[in-house]
Amino acid sequence: MSSEVHDKDGNVSRRDFLTLSAVGAAAVTGMGILAGVFRYAKSDARYEDSKVFKIGKPENFPVGTVRKLDDKKVFIFSDDAGIYAISSVCTHLGCVVFEMEEGFQCPCHGSKYNKIGKVVAGPAPRGLPWFEVTQDVDGSLVVDASREVPAGTKNIFS
Amino acid sequence: MNETSGVSKFIENVKSLADSVTGSIFRGGKPDTDKARASVVYNNFFMHIQSVKTHVNTLRPSYTLGLGLIVFFLFAFVFTSGIFLMVYYNPSIENAFRSVKNINHVVFAGKVIRNVHKWTGEGMIVFLFLHMARVFFTGSYKSGREFNWLVGIVLLILTFMLNLSGYLLPWDQLSYWAMVIVSNIMMSPKELTDSLGITKFLDVGTMTTDFVFAGLTPGKEALNRVYLFHVMLFPIAISIFVGIHFWRIRKDGGMTRPEEFTPKDSDKSYAPMSDKVGGIFPTHKTYGLMELATGKTRAVDRDVENTVMSWPNLLIAELAVLMFTLAFALIYSYYVDAPLKEMANPLIPENPAKAPWYFLGLQELLSYSAFMGGVGLPTAALIGLALIPYLDREQDKVGVWFTNKMGKRIALESFIISIICIIGMLVFAIKFGWLRSWFPDIPQLVITIVNPGSIWVAFMILWSLFTIKRTGSTRMGAMALFVMFLVSYVILTYFATEMRGPNWGFYWSKSQWPIH
Repeated sequence: MSSEVHDKDGNVSRRDFLTLSAVGAAAVTGMGILAGVFRYAKSDARYEDSKVFKIGKPENFPVGTVRKLDDKKVFIFSDDAGIYAISSVCTHLGCVVFEMEEGFQCPCHGSKYNKIGKVVAGPAPRGLPWFEVTQDVDGSLVVDASREVPAGTKNIFS
Repeated sequence: MNETSGVSKFIENVKSLADSVTGSIFRGGKPDTDKARASVVYNNFFMHIQSVKTHVNTLRPSYTLGLGLIVFFLFAFVFTSGIFLMVYYNPSIENAFRSVKNINHVVFAGKVIRNVHKWTGEGMIVFLFLHMARVFFTGSYKSGREFNWLVGIVLLILTFMLNLSGYLLPWDQLSYWAMVIVSNIMMSPKELTDSLGITKFLDVGTMTTDFVFAGLTPGKEALNRVYLFHVMLFPIAISIFVGIHFWRIRKDGGMTRPEEFTPKDSDKSYAPMSDKVGGIFPTHKTYGLMELATGKTRAVDRDVENTVMSWPNLLIAELAVLMFTLAFALIYSYYVDAPLKEMANPLIPENPAKAPWYFLGLQELLSYSAFMGGVGLPTAALIGLALIPYLDREQDKVGVWFTNKMGKRIALESFIISIICIIGMLVFAIKFGWLRSWFPDIPQLVITIVNPGSIWVAFMILWSLFTIKRTGSTRMGAMALFVMFLVSYVILTYFATEMRGPNWGFYWSKSQWPIH
């Protein structure tokens, strides 16, 4: 194409310049429309539960507690080193894992995790994420399922 | 002009009303001459997509088996029954399940209509594969029909999408957990981008999921959107591509047929050959310069012998296929009910949670690696299928089943080898596990790339190349690849449907599943 759009002086002729501009404008417009369609389809408000939720006072979780919060899809554990939250959503295809003696097991494709959520078998690409646990001013614990913390992060709250 | 003759003229018009209306619709008059039979076809909006004359080979039931037509009729049934279902269905998470239950148990004939919708929709997939196999094995993707094969692949993808989007609508446990699996398959490019460390810049998984489901977990908006895709986008797209597909059949010169064709006595039973010589289509056509100049017109230089009038020969055949399809769909739907489980419960996953059956082969591959099984290998398979006519350009023996003796042998050989290898692969994966069972700390990227699924696909490609080298024919290579693809689809689907139980464990049959 480049050999055709230049005349013998190496300049682009007026006709070719206009043609190229028109094609370029059409391409830019097309991409703009496409981007707009995708942006339009990306929902800004979600009908989903908040990722941040309160789970109650620390004294509700004495050492040795294992609690599965079904609707929040999270396990809350409490041991000597503190309280921590592990996701109950399998990292493979999003099924809900259940607890076993050696850790966690996913019912869908047989992924297995150990006690700290590390993958030991099956197709899961990552370990179960640990979520940040903080304490609110009113004393109740807050789990933020949008913030991951390194596995093994346990905090003692009073 | 006086008053009485005006009135009598009017009365005459009233008397001949039926004839003149019919005559204005069917302009050629009664089809009792070849000319009128021709005009029935080309003067009619619905029939002019067909040619006036049809080759006898096309009419032979043993050639097309009517498979493409069956898919088209099934689509028509899906379309019609879908409109009936839309009368009562309500796409909201509060009401979707209830309205389907209502259709199933209360609405007059609702259950049969839902069954027809479900089974004809899934029947489309079955017959699409059979149709694709027929087209492949008769070499009908060649000699100018390459593009139509591509259109067919697009239709295959659209049919999968149509079925999948419909699977999610009843909002029962089956649909909900299938939807969860699908949303996670769409998220699975993350497995690759995470291992490469580029998720921050290019998060394909999240973008796709956001677009289709309006969020990362299936909910209110996801159902609404999937409904929109199911009843608007996909049907419209399919209708357009079916139009292109049919139009191209005509433009590409009709169905393929063997170079050397001799009518048999048995052909007379469904295609009475005209013994008239001459007529409006004499055996020796003359061509205008324009027709010759446009290049590859298939009909030029061929005589039109061995063709019969489409009216009524082709139409009778088509009607017969329609009636058989309809009868089979109705009988099947009368006796076999579409499943409907309890209402979706996001807290309790189904165990095992299975995708719809036509994706179960993929789910088996998914259980090795989400990205490879859900995105990588299906994409590779579709690209491979799409490229077949462009990589195999041998033009001889088009229209002959399995090309020749060697073709039959290669097909049989690939059939046996793929059955042995794929069962061997499954047994190995079940018995010995895979890389992570041996090396627990192996990086995810290695498993994404090296898993039973990808090894099998690599083997198929190598075997096909070996076949090309051995036989010196690209057609034979394509034959080996296609047979292996079909066999793996069927075996993997069967295996994942029947032999995978709770926790995706292996069981010989459903009766062995533990109670949980």
